[in-house]
Amino acid sequence: MMILSGDPPRSRLLSALLIVIVVALLATPFVFPGAKAMNAAANICIFAALVASYDLLLGYTGTVSFAHTMFYGIGSYAIAIALYSLGPSWAAVAAGVLAGLPLAMLLALAIGLFSLRVAAIFFAMITLAVASAFQVLASQLSWLTGGEDGRSFQLPELLHPGTVLIGKSAFGFEINGRTLTYYLVFAVSAAMILGLLRVVNSPFGRVLQAIRENRFRAEALGYRTVFHLTYANCIAAMVAACAGMLNALWLRYAGPDTTLSFSIMLNILLMVVIGGMGTIYGAIIGAAIFLLAQNYLQALMGAASRAAADVGLPLLPGLLHPDRWLLWLGLLFIASVYFFPTGVVGRLRGKPRTAP
Amino acid sequence: MTDVSASGALPKPKRDVLPALLPVALALLTIPLVGSTSSWVTLTAASLAMGMMIFIMASGLTLVFGLMDVLNFGHGAFIAVGAYVATLVLLPLAGWVQADSLLANLAVLVPAVLLAMAVSGALGLVVERVLILPVYGQHLKQILMTTGGLIVAEQALYALWGPEIIPLPLPTSLRGSFVIGDAAIAKFRVLAMLIGLAVFAGIQLVLNRTKIGLLIRAGVENGEMVEALGYHIRRLFLGVFMVGSGLAGLGGVMWALYREQVHASMGDDLTVLVFIVVIIGGLGSIGGCFIGALLVAMVANYGGFLVPKLALVSNILLMVAVLMWRPRGLYAVTSR
Repeated sequence: MMILSGDPPRSRLLSALLIVIVVALLATPFVFPGAKAMNAAANICIFAALVASYDLLLGYTGTVSFAHTMFYGIGSYAIAIALYSLGPSWAAVAAGVLAGLPLAMLLALAIGLFSLRVAAIFFAMITLAVASAFQVLASQLSWLTGGEDGRSFQLPELLHPGTVLIGKSAFGFEINGRTLTYYLVFAVSAAMILGLLRVVNSPFGRVLQAIRENRFRAEALGYRTVFHLTYANCIAAMVAACAGMLNALWLRYAGPDTTLSFSIMLNILLMVVIGGMGTIYGAIIGAAIFLLAQNYLQALMGAASRAAADVGLPLLPGLLHPDRWLLWLGLLFIASVYFFPTGVVGRLRGKPRTAP
Repeated sequence: MTDVSASGALPKPKRDVLPALLPVALALLTIPLVGSTSSWVTLTAASLAMGMMIFIMASGLTLVFGLMDVLNFGHGAFIAVGAYVATLVLLPLAGWVQADSLLANLAVLVPAVLLAMAVSGALGLVVERVLILPVYGQHLKQILMTTGGLIVAEQALYALWGPEIIPLPLPTSLRGSFVIGDAAIAKFRVLAMLIGLAVFAGIQLVLNRTKIGLLIRAGVENGEMVEALGYHIRRLFLGVFMVGSGLAGLGGVMWALYREQVHASMGDDLTVLVFIVVIIGGLGSIGGCFIGALLVAMVANYGGFLVPKLALVSNILLMVAVLMWRPRGLYAVTSR
């Protein structure tokens, strides 16, 4: 209870689902040691943390930011540039962290102070503009960021895939640097999600919800809403930057397509809405559903598309083409905003406690 | 009681010309910086044309927001749909497009543009009814719904037309440029300027000289009052939304011809530009939108010529500067 900050899932099915996901993620290196499954699992961890930080903004304060990938990208690039230029050492990782986190925070502070005073809609537009400018900047400053190609780099010795820590003879499976990296990703992501759970269930989190429900009234009660919103924005930005760092460590690469693109922003939105806004747990569910769909639904769609093409139906092969999976998730997204705005988690929890 | 109606006319509304002078000042300021007059003329023509195209796309968005407090994040989808629909006419009739006669070019261009506007307008009808009507007055859900619409529309375009970039050659008679002295001005840019000015004049005429325009302006000021007087503001809004979507389609066709290619992601890129314009102009203001579009285009063109590195973030700098000066945009229309 302590570790969940007094905010348990409150639904037997949801608890079961969460336990299954967490256990599956923990066991992935042993049960499904293939590269594809490991990638999917690491992505679920990273995105669960990233989406949870976005949920802090969207679900708990009701502000829509389109600049979340920017912070994600800052974290990724900080690690990538540090390890690329300083060589594979832990000191370089530390330098990346020490440079990336404050940068993300300061930028979030600037954006927040500049545009959080006004309506949510204004903030959404301004963050969209800033994020797109940042993306262009990252792909143009090629001396620093490697441009469109991004930066590939080496990890410290301990995290190398080739570093065998415990040989196959001991347990029947090998624990190597890759496994260690995976558990690093898992542990940091889990810590961040639990930390966010702590934040939203603190008095500070309650104020955020009050601002979401009625900003004017919260202000009248004496809360400095701009301060609270900016604070939340900074926390979310730092968590996003951390998630970006994990992503860079896992991929050993940072580039505009994997960290900054607008489509990742849309993916985050899809995950948080499908999982359930304003719940934090929704982030885990949403990320798991979305990334499993991304990795495994496509194969299914490919088969369906071929079947439709064989039968000779018009249009359907195009609509079911594996690359068009976002079309169906987009429809699901609209339907879930409309029919169950609290997402999967809200649905499972039953009574609508929070309707954003 | 004193007789107030006697001789004194109604006090004229205060005219705020300062923002309108901004683009002129910017243009004049850059003359010495650019150096040669001919390249300045070319740059100015380029920025005017680009500004007009952006204005056409942004005008619908700003009106829709002003009237109904609805911000359509899927506006870019209409732009892309317009461009794609135009290819339906332009590509099969490529022979007429390539023909070296203005008449043949127009005979294919005009139906293409009209069809594009009609289809994106009709799509606007569907989007308004299906996506926006259920979430009137809820900003958060509006943003989410219309963003979802953008995703679906973009993917549907890919599904129907394939993910490749479609090349779209400019009609022959619009190629080349007019040469005045040393300065060359591309013909298409002149056309874009003319169309943009026509759209601006048309919108201003409708807004200021017709009853519908009066109702729209009244609706922007105070929608409830207009409803109380017995007008169907929802229907009015639907009309404005459809016209706005149609204009976005028109802008999409022009942009596609300008770039000579069509791709579904053009909606995403232009959405950002259009948003910056709408913010700079002040949400809901047509005049502000016009000036904002010119400013954005000028900063992009002059900036790209003078300091290429700065051009990447010039739009953001412009937005920050304008919002520092007037936090609600150049012309703040709504009280929101």
